[in-house]
Amino acid sequence: MDLITEKIKKTSLSTKQDRFGKLISITALILIASVVVLIFGFVISRGLATFTTNKVSLGHFLFGTDWNPSVVNKKTGQPGVGALPLIVGSMAVTFLAALVATPFAIGTAVFMTEVANKRGAKIMQPVIELLVGIPSVVYGVIGLTVVVPTVRAIFGGTGLGILSGTIVLFVMILPTITSMTVDTLKGVPRHYRESALAIGATRWQMIQKVILRAATPGILTAIVFGMARAFGEALAVQMVIGNAANMPNSLVSASATLTSVLTMGIGNTVMGSLQNNVLWSLAMILLLMSLVFNILIRFIGRKGELK
Amino acid sequence: MNAKTADKIATGVIYAIASSVALILVAMLAFILVRGLPHLSWHFLTASARSFEAGGGIGIQLFNSFYLLVLAMLISFPIALGAAIYLNEYAKPSLFISIIRTAIEVMSSLPSVVVGLFGFLIFVVKFHLGFSILSGAIALTFFNLPILTSSIESSLSQIPNLQREAGAALGLSRFETVIHIILPASVPSIVTGVVISAGRVFGEAAALIYTAGQSAPTLDFGDWNPFNLASPLSPFRPAETLAVHIWKINSEGIMPDLSAVSAGASAVLIIVVLLFNFSARRLGMMLYKKLTKS
Amino acid sequence: MQRSHRGAYITALVVVFMVGLLAFAYQTRDKNGNKAPITAVGSTALQPLVEAAGEDYQKSHPGVSVTVQGGGSGTGLSQIAQGAVSLGNSDLYAEEKKGIKSKDLVDHRVAVVGIMPIINKSAGVSDLTLQQLTDIFTGKIQNWKEVGGQDQPIVLVNRAAGSGTRAAFEKWAMKGASSKEAQEQDSSGMVKSIVKSTPGAISYVAFAYKSNDVTMAKVNGIQPTNENVENGTYPIWSYEHIYTKGKPEGDTKQFLSYMDSKEFQDKYVEKLGYITMKNMQIDRDVNGHVTRK
Repeated sequence: MDLITEKIKKTSLSTKQDRFGKLISITALILIASVVVLIFGFVISRGLATFTTNKVSLGHFLFGTDWNPSVVNKKTGQPGVGALPLIVGSMAVTFLAALVATPFAIGTAVFMTEVANKRGAKIMQPVIELLVGIPSVVYGVIGLTVVVPTVRAIFGGTGLGILSGTIVLFVMILPTITSMTVDTLKGVPRHYRESALAIGATRWQMIQKVILRAATPGILTAIVFGMARAFGEALAVQMVIGNAANMPNSLVSASATLTSVLTMGIGNTVMGSLQNNVLWSLAMILLLMSLVFNILIRFIGRKGELK
Repeated sequence: MNAKTADKIATGVIYAIASSVALILVAMLAFILVRGLPHLSWHFLTASARSFEAGGGIGIQLFNSFYLLVLAMLISFPIALGAAIYLNEYAKPSLFISIIRTAIEVMSSLPSVVVGLFGFLIFVVKFHLGFSILSGAIALTFFNLPILTSSIESSLSQIPNLQREAGAALGLSRFETVIHIILPASVPSIVTGVVISAGRVFGEAAALIYTAGQSAPTLDFGDWNPFNLASPLSPFRPAETLAVHIWKINSEGIMPDLSAVSAGASAVLIIVVLLFNFSARRLGMMLYKKLTKS
Repeated sequence: MQRSHRGAYITALVVVFMVGLLAFAYQTRDKNGNKAPITAVGSTALQPLVEAAGEDYQKSHPGVSVTVQGGGSGTGLSQIAQGAVSLGNSDLYAEEKKGIKSKDLVDHRVAVVGIMPIINKSAGVSDLTLQQLTDIFTGKIQNWKEVGGQDQPIVLVNRAAGSGTRAAFEKWAMKGASSKEAQEQDSSGMVKSIVKSTPGAISYVAFAYKSNDVTMAKVNGIQPTNENVENGTYPIWSYEHIYTKGKPEGDTKQFLSYMDSKEFQDKYVEKLGYITMKNMQIDRDVNGHVTRK
């Protein structure tokens, strides 16, 4: 009897294995979490130095329009650290790219899930995946050799600017938005389609009135995801946007984004100086923005669940 | 306008959109390949680069790219797998888990140049690893971990709960279920995810500029002892990769055949990434057949 | 159960084998070939020259490895100030860069770089005075017809703020005035191609990037050539510096004296588009005082 109770009470081999597996996997998770915390802490501590050690006011940083950290502005007596032109530049390319990419992405996704036969979908799937895989350096090179000269030929000027940045980013985020939209559309239950068709709706009516409506939260999430990617893209944008830290006043004049200023400046500044700290502050804004995008995605997702 | 015409017009528009997207890709690939392919030769693929004379190749850069990729994958895959298993199989919805998830997502949209600089200050300078493959591999791991984790997690979550219940009904522990049922079933999509993320790592430049460095010292391909600096396997040597090379010669190159080298290297980069993408699917399917048969 | 045990054995065997292989490799490693490498970091403009020197030096001194990285003058100076690298490459005097403690840094000037204004061909201007250059880059002159060219608006293209080329240009061509906010490019190659293809564009690049696709403008009527820099008539140029922390020692010292040798200077410096120190007939200190040699 005792032997049996003992055997039952003792932790079995399986339980031990299970604990072991849980331990290993949670260690991995904590490792990743600590890496994230480390990078966050690092960027934020560096980024805050602008405000603590260099005594730049937050308002001046966020709303000032004079970006030239190595030169002291004669009017204010402070170095030019107004990041507003860069923030506006980043926002502009991000929103415009998303605006252009959304109809294309939805159209392609609808094509793949609702309209095309099996073969059509089979062709588009690898197309989307290949677009994801093209390195951003290559996007930049193409932008510089094809997009910029075209823009220059049509609108004059240098061809570098928000418009060129938008076009390059549009192609870069298109696959992201498309593939996520495809997943959402596939998630719309089959009986929605059947009941719409049963009451005599045409295919377009079914797509427009039933499927797209049911998939709206998912599509919104996909768009925000694409915007997050556009906001953080550095190399390709830097090559085509012209990098002039002025308030953007037209789509075809040179502008700058947070990432382009960051990549260009970081090698030319000295660790610990104001010029360097303020670049880390830009990195901090990037970090906070992607946090905002993520919260937005969560929020949309939750709204979608309630319906 | 009646519903039937609207339907026809909409169908036409959708076809037009889908084909224009396909056209964009084809045009881009054609552009890179047409410009680059004429410059490819065995010599170009194997010779070492020259900084100021014509006739340099990309041999060492190509090797470095692959070696760095393998090292980065060796480090990041087990960690990402473990984390994904925990997130998908063990974790109960809680504030902690939700914070970690958000953190991973935020990190995956972090500009890679920030990751590179972080790696530079911590590993190259603080830990005295110098500009080396090891520093580069760790930076790539940071860059890769969030992408890989969420890709593996979504592979795992595609396995229907029925499989888990079946495992539990057979008296398997959760760990055994994961190892013997869930993982084999999700191998195809995990492999696809890994290979696609490998393609991204292969094309990454910004994270490596300040960690693996921008110089490619001559290697002695007769010496495979990883503890010798001249050996191709040494993790302590600086290693310029193909993507970094493209970036570097486009910005400061002064060799006379600059545009040829740049076009050729871009073509090679694209071809390798394409190969990764195509083989990802194939490999996934093959493994699936093999693992589900036994 | 049997099967999973077999798997475990195989895994264990493979691990033992790998560890054994590594241990064997460690034992048989080439013990002479692993001296600490000479690392140089910094200016991208100086990088090709140091790379060339490094390649040659490694050939004649087996066992020494020279690693050259870019990263920009700022990175070079801050890394050498921290002692994280053996050599810090810079286009600027350390005193000119804000935030650098230049006290214990030792300057080694290894070459001279001339910088020339480049203008798009359509502007119809090929000679500018320093005053005109200053007015153009500060935004006072906005049309090419004001300096005798076509009626065409001027498009400024700058190098990134803080880059060595821009600092040198602003210091020696614009007497320290700072340029108007305009588009910035990260690299000389990019600047050249933009000026080539944009009507009315003006920028500046090092002599190494000379090209017939753009107008290489005279300054005060003087051609931007090596000879004119050497004899002191052409004003826009800067030294290329390699800094060490304290006096260089051992391999680093030998490498630097190799870079200074006639053999190296004759073989590479002009070929790579720099001007050799040996030919300079003048010397200019950090404050711009020129002395004839």
